[in-house]
Amino acid sequence: MSASSGNIPRWVDVGLIPLINILMAFFVSGLIILLIGEDPIEAVGILLYGAWGTDYGIGYTLYYTTNFVFTGLAVAVAFHAGLFNIGGEGQAYIGGLGVGLMLLAFDNSLPLILIVPISIMASALFGAAWAYIPAYLQAYRGSHIVITTIMFNFIASALMVYLLVNVLIQPGQMSPQSREFAETSWLPFMHEALAWFGISITRSPLNLSIFWALICCALVWAFIWRTRWGYEIRTVGFNETAAVYAGINPKKIIILAMCVSGGLAGFVGLNEILGVHHRLLLNFQLGYGFAGIAVALMGRNHPIGIIFASLLFGTLYQGGAELSFDMPKVTREMVEVVQGLVILFSGALALMIKPTVERIYAVITAVTSGRRSAVEG
Amino acid sequence: MDEFFILVVSTLDATIRVAAPLVLAALAGLYAERSGVIDIGLEGKMLAAAFAAAAASFVMDSAWAGLLAGVSISVILALIHGFACITHKGNQVVSGVAINILVAGLTVTLGIAWFAQGGQTPSLTNDARFSPLIWPGAQAVKDVPFIGGLYTEIISGHNLLAYVAYLAVPLTWWVVYRTRFGLRLRAVGENPAAVDTAGISVTALRYQAMICCGFLCGIAGTYLSTAQNAGFVKNMTAGQGFIALAAMIFGKWKPVPAMMACLLFGFLDAVANRIQGVSMPLVGEIPVQLIQALPYILTVILLAGFIGKAVAPKASGIPYVKER
Amino acid sequence: MIAIELRGINKSFGPVHANKNVALNIERGTIHGIIGENGAGKSTLMSILYGFYQADSGDILINGEITKIHGSDEAIAAGIGMVHQHFMLVDPFTVVENVMLGAEGGALLDKGIDKTREELERLKREYGLKVPVDALAGELPVGLQQRVEILKALYRGAQILILDEPTGVLTPQETDQLFRILNALKEQGVTVILITHKLQEIMAVTDGVSVMRGGEMVAHRKTRETSKEELAELMVGRKVLLKVDKEEAQPKDAALTVENLSVISADGVARLDNVSFSVRRGEIVGVAGVSGNGQSELLAALSGIVKPSKGSISINGTTVTAEAPLDAAAFRDLGVGHVPEDRHRMGLVTAFTADESAILGYHRDETFNGPILMKRAAITEDCAQKMADFDVRPPTPGLKSANFSGGNQQKIVLAREMARKPKVLLVGQPTRGVDIGAIEYIHKNLVAMRDAGAAVLLVSVELEEIMSLSDRILVMFEGRIVGEVDAKDANERMLGLMMANANPETESAASQEPIEEERNLGAEA
Repeated sequence: MSASSGNIPRWVDVGLIPLINILMAFFVSGLIILLIGEDPIEAVGILLYGAWGTDYGIGYTLYYTTNFVFTGLAVAVAFHAGLFNIGGEGQAYIGGLGVGLMLLAFDNSLPLILIVPISIMASALFGAAWAYIPAYLQAYRGSHIVITTIMFNFIASALMVYLLVNVLIQPGQMSPQSREFAETSWLPFMHEALAWFGISITRSPLNLSIFWALICCALVWAFIWRTRWGYEIRTVGFNETAAVYAGINPKKIIILAMCVSGGLAGFVGLNEILGVHHRLLLNFQLGYGFAGIAVALMGRNHPIGIIFASLLFGTLYQGGAELSFDMPKVTREMVEVVQGLVILFSGALALMIKPTVERIYAVITAVTSGRRSAVEG
Repeated sequence: MDEFFILVVSTLDATIRVAAPLVLAALAGLYAERSGVIDIGLEGKMLAAAFAAAAASFVMDSAWAGLLAGVSISVILALIHGFACITHKGNQVVSGVAINILVAGLTVTLGIAWFAQGGQTPSLTNDARFSPLIWPGAQAVKDVPFIGGLYTEIISGHNLLAYVAYLAVPLTWWVVYRTRFGLRLRAVGENPAAVDTAGISVTALRYQAMICCGFLCGIAGTYLSTAQNAGFVKNMTAGQGFIALAAMIFGKWKPVPAMMACLLFGFLDAVANRIQGVSMPLVGEIPVQLIQALPYILTVILLAGFIGKAVAPKASGIPYVKER
Repeated sequence: MIAIELRGINKSFGPVHANKNVALNIERGTIHGIIGENGAGKSTLMSILYGFYQADSGDILINGEITKIHGSDEAIAAGIGMVHQHFMLVDPFTVVENVMLGAEGGALLDKGIDKTREELERLKREYGLKVPVDALAGELPVGLQQRVEILKALYRGAQILILDEPTGVLTPQETDQLFRILNALKEQGVTVILITHKLQEIMAVTDGVSVMRGGEMVAHRKTRETSKEELAELMVGRKVLLKVDKEEAQPKDAALTVENLSVISADGVARLDNVSFSVRRGEIVGVAGVSGNGQSELLAALSGIVKPSKGSISINGTTVTAEAPLDAAAFRDLGVGHVPEDRHRMGLVTAFTADESAILGYHRDETFNGPILMKRAAITEDCAQKMADFDVRPPTPGLKSANFSGGNQQKIVLAREMARKPKVLLVGQPTRGVDIGAIEYIHKNLVAMRDAGAAVLLVSVELEEIMSLSDRILVMFEGRIVGEVDAKDANERMLGLMMANANPETESAASQEPIEEERNLGAEA
C-alpha cells in the first residue's frame, strides 16, 4: 500500500510482478501434479474441458464463481480499510441462516417478488451482524480482528449445528436439515430462467444469484471509488493519520467496512440456500470464506480483478471435480493446494521477486539505452 | 457415588488425552509469538505433521519414523512461514492462512495419490503407533479405592507423546525464563530494536523460534495420527490448531497458564461428550455445541478485555525493518 | 591520542543527503559535543558510527585504525556504546536482564545474572551509577532508564560512549546527575560524545564541540574558546534572506483566542503546557522553536485532531473546551484551514490521485457530493482549477499524489486549505522540502491570505521563514510560550537563544520546576 518505488514502471509493478507470482503458484502446483504421477499439461486440458467444454460444466463453473465473487468482494472491502477479515466463512454461514429463517417464516405467505429482496436483506443483515461484533471489539476495545474473526467462524459453526440439530431440524428427520421451502419461493435456476426464453440448457445449480453477484461488483466499485463513505474507507486504509486530520473517525469506518464486508459474505447464503439447496443445512459455506482471501489477493481488491479471479477459481473447482474422474489422483482438494499457493505467492511472498525484477529491469534499460546511444553515436 | 467417581476419573483421563496436542501446539505458538511472529498456521502444521507421521509410520512400520517425518515437515512449513514473514517481511496472517489452506489440500491430494483410500492413510498396526505406557504397579493398585483409579487412569496409561507434551511445559518454562535463548526470545518479541542494538541478529532469533514452533507442532500432529488415532483422516485437526492459539492467548503467552487453558478446553470437550442428552439439575440440558464453542467465546471475551487483559508481545505481527 | 576519527562520511536516503563529507576528530578521555538543529544530520552520523546504517563512503578510525562497522555487534566489539534518544530497553525486563541482554556469558542465565549483579555493583562504586537492579525497566523513571542504558554500554566495555539528546527527557536535577556521571566516566578515560541542540549543556559539560548544519560539519571549537552566541549563530546559519514583499499588517479583532490550553499525553506528560495567545484577522503570527517543543501539539489541538486536556480555544466566537471538544471536521466548518506540518503523514494520501487528495477533509462538502455518489466531474474540475490557481505542475488531476514533487504536493495542500477562504489558517512547515521557486510562491500566497483578512498562525523551524513572514513571533520551548516579540524587533541570534532557552530570563524560569516531558517528538529526518 506504500507508494511505488519509482524505479520500475507501473505496468511492471501492478501487472508483471503479480503475474509472475501467480505463475509461480501454478508452476509449483504443476510440480505437485507431477509428483503424484500425473501429467500437468494433460490435467490442464481436462480441467478446462470439464469447466468450459459443456453447458453443464459451464453452469457449475459459474455457480462456484458466484460464491467466490461474494467472498472475494467481502475480503476486498475490508482490505480497503486496512482490515483483514478472515471471518468470511462465519459471516457466509450466518448470512445463510438469515435467508433460511426468512424463508421458513414467509415462504408460503409471500410472493417470490418479495421473497428475493427480503432474502437479500436478511443475508446481508445477518452477515453484517456477525462481522459487527469483531469490528466493534477492534474499534473500541482493541481486540485483534484476525483472532476474533477466526473465533467467530467457529462460534458460527457451533451455533448452526445447535440450531439445525435441536431447533430447525425437520421433525421426524435424522439428518440435521430444515424442511424444504415451498417451491414457489425458490430463486429460479438458470436453466429454468433460460427456458422462459426458449433456450434449453442442462440442469446445473447455477441460479439467478449470479446476476446479483455482478450487481454487487458494480455496487462495490461505486461504493469504494464513487461515494464519500468509500473515500473515507480508503483514506483510513491508506493513512489513518491523514484520516483523523480530515475529520474522519477511524472507529466508525472500521465498523462500516466490516459490516459491508460481512454483508457481502452473507450473500453466499443467498446463492446456496435460496438458489440451490432450498433448505437450511450444514456446511454449505465450507471453504468459500477462505477462498475469498485468495480471490481478493489475486484480483488486487478490484471488482474487475475479482470477477476474473473468481472465474479462475470457479474453473478450478469445477474442472478439478471433473478431473478426478479422469485422473483419480487429482481431486477437488488439489484446487485447495492451488489456492494455498496463490495466497502464499501473491500474498505473503508478494514482495519476494520485486528486488530481482527491479535489478533485471535496470539491466535491461541500461543495455537498451546503451545500445541506442551506440547506434546514435 | 462410585459411579460418579468413575465418571470423574474417565472425564479427567479424557481431558488429559484431548489436551495433550493442544498443549504442544499452544507452546509452539508461544515460541513464535514470543519472538514477534504471529502464527495462524498452527493448524496447518499440525495437519501436515499428522499426515506425514501416519504415512511414514505405515510405510516404515515404525512410530519413530512417523515422528521424524511429522516433525520434519512441520519444521519445513515453519521455515516457509519464516521465509515469507521474516526474510521477505510478508503479512504474517496471509502467510499463515496460505499454509493452512495449502496443507488442507495437499494432505488429501497426496493421501489419495499414495494410498488411494479417499485421503486417509491405511490403519496403523500397534507397532507403528505410540501405545499407552502402563506404569509399574498400575495393575496392582487398580482396585485400591480412589488412589488406584487416579494412578491407573490419570497418571499411568498414556502414550509417550502425551507425557512429552506435559513435560514440554516445564521445559519450555525453563527455556523461556532460565536460558540465554529464552531471554533473547522474550526480548525480540517486545522490542526487536533493543535486541538489534545489543548486537544480536533479530532474523536469526526469529528463525530459531520458528524451528521450535515447527518442532512442537510436529509432535502435536504426530500425536493425533499415530497415538490418539491409528492413521490419518482428512482434516483430522478440525480446528485444534486454532483452539491451541486461543489457549495460548488465554494463557497470556505463558507456558503454565497456556497449559491450564488447554486443560480447561480439553475438559470442556470431555464434558461435552459426556453430558450429551443428559438433563442437568436446575439448567436442564446444556447444548453440547455451547460447550464446544466455549473456548472460542471465552477467548473473545478475554480479548475484549472483560476478564483480565490479554497483552500480546508488543512487537508481534510487525516485521522488523531496520533501515527506514 | 585520538579515540575516534571520521573521514569524509557521506550518507543519502534517496534524494536526501543526510551527511555530506563529514570529518571529525575526538581526543580520548574528553567529552565532545555535537550540536545542530533537528534534521542537521547528527543522529544519522551517530547511527553510522553504531553500525545501524552504512555510510555510502568515508572511513571510521578507532584509536587510529580504520574500522568497518557493519552492525551493532561490531560497534560493541570496537568499544562503542550508544545511549539512544528513544531508549532501547525491554520494558517487562528487570534492569539486570536488560543489562545482560546480548552479553549473557553462557547459555544459562543463572551464572550470568550473578556476574551481572557483581559488575553492576562495581560500576555503581566506580561511577556512582545507582539503580534498583531488580526493578522492571518500564516502571523506572526516565532518568533511571537512561542510567540503565549507560550501564548497558559500560557493561559491554564501551570506551566510547555516544549519547543522543540525552537530556531531552530529564529534569534539571537528573541532568545535573547525568553530567556528574559523564565527568566521572571522563576521569576513567572514557570518551563521551554528546549530541544535543542545547547550548547551555555544551557550555556546561563538554571539552570540544562540533557544529552540524544541513548534513555538514560547519565548525569545530574548543568549548572554552567559544560562546553560546557564536554557537547559536553557527547552528542557525546565515542564510540568504528571502525577501517577502508585504505591507504593514492591519490587524483587526481576534479570530483565534487560546486560553490556558494544555495537551497532556496518555503517559501523563504535558506536551502543551498552559498556552495563551490570540491571532487577529489580518496578521501572521509566527511560532518559532526547535521542533518537538509543543508546536505539533498546538496545531493538532487548534485543528481538532487532538482534544485539549485543559483550557479553551475560541474561533470567531465559538468556544471549544476540554469538556466540549470538536473533531477536525467541525473545526473546518468553523472556518479553520490547516496546512499540516507533515504532508506525507497527514496532508494528503499519497496513494490517492491528486484530485482525491485535493478534497481531503472537504470530501463531505455538497459541492462534491450528490445524494449517494460523489460528483467526479466537479471534483476533477475543482482540482484543475486549484492547480491552475497555484501553478501546480503537472496540472493533471488524475495523477497519483505521490508522483508530484514536494513543492507541488504542498501547493495542492495549500490550495485546498485556502480555497474556502478560512478565517483562521494554521500553517505548519509550509516550505519543508520545497524548492526555491515554490517557496516564494507559497509565501506570497500566505501574505495574500493575511491581507484578505485571515488570521494566520505559522509554525516553522526555519527562523528565516518566521522572520520574513510574521508580524508577531511567539517562541515555544518545552510546551510553553517562552517569549513574544514583534517581528520588526527580532533577529536570528535573539530568537535562536530563546529557542534554545538560553535566554537568562527564561532559563531561570525553566529550571524552577521539574520538567519531565519528551522533547524532539519529531524524529530527525
